[in-house]
Amino acid sequence: MKSERTPAFERVTDRMQALLVWIDARFPLSKMWREHISEYYAPKNFNFWYYFGSLAMLVLVLQIVTGIFLTMSYKPSAAEAFASVEYIMRDVNWGWLIRYMHSTGASAFFIVVYLHMFRAVLYGSYKKPRELLWLFGMLIYVALMAEAFFGYLLPWGQMSYWGAQVIVSLFGAIPFGIGEALVEWVRGDYFISDITLNRFFALHVIAVPFALVFLVIAHILALHEVGSNNPDGIEIKEHKDADGIPLDGIPFHPYYTVKDIMGVAVFLALFSAVVFFAPEMGGYFLEHANFEPANSLKTPEHIAPVWYFTPFYAILRAVPDKLLGVLLMGAAIVMLFILPWLDRSPVRSIRYRGWIFKLAVTLFAVSFVALGYLGMQPVSVAYTLAARFFSTIYFLFFLLMPFYTRWDRTKPVPDRVTFHG
Amino acid sequence: MVKNRWVGAIALGALILSSSSVAAGGPKMEAANNVLGNVRSLQRGARHFVNYCMGCHSAKYVRYNRLADDLQLSEQQVTDNLMFVGTKLLDTMNIAMDPLDAGRWFGQVPPDLSLIARAKGTDYVFNYLKGFYLDPERRNGTDNLFLPGASMPHVLWELQGLQKPVYEAIIDVNGSVHKVMVGFERVTEGLLNPEEFDQFVRDLTNFLEYISEPVKLERKKLGVRVLLFLLVFFLFSYLLKQEYWKDIK
Repeated sequence: MKSERTPAFERVTDRMQALLVWIDARFPLSKMWREHISEYYAPKNFNFWYYFGSLAMLVLVLQIVTGIFLTMSYKPSAAEAFASVEYIMRDVNWGWLIRYMHSTGASAFFIVVYLHMFRAVLYGSYKKPRELLWLFGMLIYVALMAEAFFGYLLPWGQMSYWGAQVIVSLFGAIPFGIGEALVEWVRGDYFISDITLNRFFALHVIAVPFALVFLVIAHILALHEVGSNNPDGIEIKEHKDADGIPLDGIPFHPYYTVKDIMGVAVFLALFSAVVFFAPEMGGYFLEHANFEPANSLKTPEHIAPVWYFTPFYAILRAVPDKLLGVLLMGAAIVMLFILPWLDRSPVRSIRYRGWIFKLAVTLFAVSFVALGYLGMQPVSVAYTLAARFFSTIYFLFFLLMPFYTRWDRTKPVPDRVTFHG
Repeated sequence: MVKNRWVGAIALGALILSSSSVAAGGPKMEAANNVLGNVRSLQRGARHFVNYCMGCHSAKYVRYNRLADDLQLSEQQVTDNLMFVGTKLLDTMNIAMDPLDAGRWFGQVPPDLSLIARAKGTDYVFNYLKGFYLDPERRNGTDNLFLPGASMPHVLWELQGLQKPVYEAIIDVNGSVHKVMVGFERVTEGLLNPEEFDQFVRDLTNFLEYISEPVKLERKKLGVRVLLFLLVFFLFSYLLKQEYWKDIK
């Protein structure tokens, strides 16, 4: 079937073309489209692990859009916050859906970001020349933790209140009277109060999202400057055709846009399954105690942060000394920042590394999940011992990395990308 | 040496098991087995709630007109049967009791029950309402198995009748004797027999689950449609991807 181009159709396309020429003379629209989308060449051998970058962007947009709508009905005051959330859940049209999308989105964000980060560890995506790309990514992760922490206070439930109380008081471990003063400064009061809620709201809806969006742009610009890594961990730019296009590269659009849309469909199905059928996710995404309004006179029996913080919370609790615990918790994050300089292996991808690295990554992943589990449990002797054991493995993974990555016997790396799994 | 290691492993395992059972804690609970989709049960629960709970407890996030819609009652039925305090249909289920008085009378202000089933779980609500027993040392004359030291009196005593605890002496591993509550013994008969009372409490629990999240059933119904749409969307996105990628090798 041949499409008939009517004169009217011709006129419209001519006008559109003229508009584009007008814009391009004033703003690099076509140039940006080419550089970042239609002529950004990505390796053709991306596998399952490469969906999570675009999914993280999708969740960021979801969080911002649902967040804007929540802000229209939410009241950031200690007297009204809890009731305003219930107002959203009951009286605002589709308020419950927007709220569940936002609360599920918070956990979904961490799930996709953790998988995205683990991908980088598997394929050495943080290694030269992608160190800065990794650092921007780490800053996004830290900003995300701050965003989640500030946001969790806003519903003003019991866990919101006491979780914030516990985490803010961690700064109090700093000696010489600095800690105490710092805690007071952060709270703006002698306890978590209306003032704290107001400033957390400001940070949650303006400051941190602003930083997040800026960092995401920097992350993508850095990525497009150096080019994407791939499961083989080799540079596709080393083999180009006569036009200077990588032989193993394919344009991001349409190839990866259509592939990512398929990923989005699967992700949204899983996401919707939670939103519509288990928005509390058994107390992991929305804690049961948070359906009780904040009460500064009644400490809950068991205070646990939301699941995405629990690996670090477990490390904190594994140390008997509070200051040392806080320092170690900070160190657990710092380790991730310096990862590009700890890894001395000549190859990037786990596919061509030896058994030592494979074992180390496995132990690291198991420890991280185990710490996450332990961080949710009430304190007991056995759990503390287990948390110490897994914390040790967590740190050894990083601290011994300069040695075992050098000793590890690597396999020869292929010239061109391969397809397997 | 090998044997020692096994002993250590078993000891560690036992330690973890015992600590987790301590963490689970508390007396055993019966399942509430309420069915949220049962509108008649919700209607009965609403009546019980208004008659027995709302003297002291509010449900301040619940609107009467929403109740009418969701419980398939006419506005007249709601006005006649559920609204005793001269409120308007658009109002929420507030109560007239002054919190200061409540504090003086009960030692604490009776909590709002809009979200109690979400915060504590339906099984807890069901068992709590059945768990009052005679305890002459308490100011109310009763205590609750599931909330020791409960400041709430046994409001449903007339319906359930009174029960007293049955203890058994248990000797622990250290040889000391503990008194453990193993069950209840009926002291006086109630207006309802045990099955009827279970159903009464089940309906009440059902209503409390409904008001804790009025949109729950609607959300699941919509969820099925959303997932069906996403399935179709996935099929098309898969075919589109296959079409574009067929010559990438």
